[in-house]
Amino acid sequence: MIIPFLVVGIIIASTILVCSYRAIYGPGTFNRIVAANVIGTKAIVLLIVVGYIIERPQFIDIALMYAVIAFMGTIIIAKYVERGELCSR
Amino acid sequence: MLAIDVVATMFLAAGAFFMITGTIGLLKFPDFYTRMHATGKCDTLGQILIIVGCMIYEGFTLITIKLLMVSAFYLLAGPAGGHALMKAAYVTGLPVWKKGDKRM
Repeated sequence: MIIPFLVVGIIIASTILVCSYRAIYGPGTFNRIVAANVIGTKAIVLLIVVGYIIERPQFIDIALMYAVIAFMGTIIIAKYVERGELCSR
Repeated sequence: MLAIDVVATMFLAAGAFFMITGTIGLLKFPDFYTRMHATGKCDTLGQILIIVGCMIYEGFTLITIKLLMVSAFYLLAGPAGGHALMKAAYVTGLPVWKKGDKRM
């Protein structure tokens, strides 16, 4: 039962590699931000699947913390690009 | 035991299919807004399907509760982040693609 997790992990890793094209060459700021957001989402799933492949379920805690950090990064970058500053006086 | 493995594998395959679909949309669509349309839904659904497959494979333990926490948090956080990003792009005046325009 480790084979399906292995196949899904390889598929997700190759989609991360393809998404990095849009993160590097994407025209403008927002395309790069959305590509980074997608890569963060796929990294959460990849952490969970890798935790099942090497049979070490502590990776799920790391995935939970990574989800929180990726969400905060997206919100902060969106606010900064929209208003031009982080703290308004 | 075998039936549980088959159902979990089907959920994992559906999640991988949605992941590939979102990636193709991110690469092939002509505009920022349409790319957000592709990735916002496909990534949320794909992640939740893969996590549900892992939960079915696991059974009922503490790890299942943790996976449910990850899934529920992303179900709240993903669309909220996408909405914030879309609003930032619309307020700063990013142009909208119309039919016949060049890809941007």
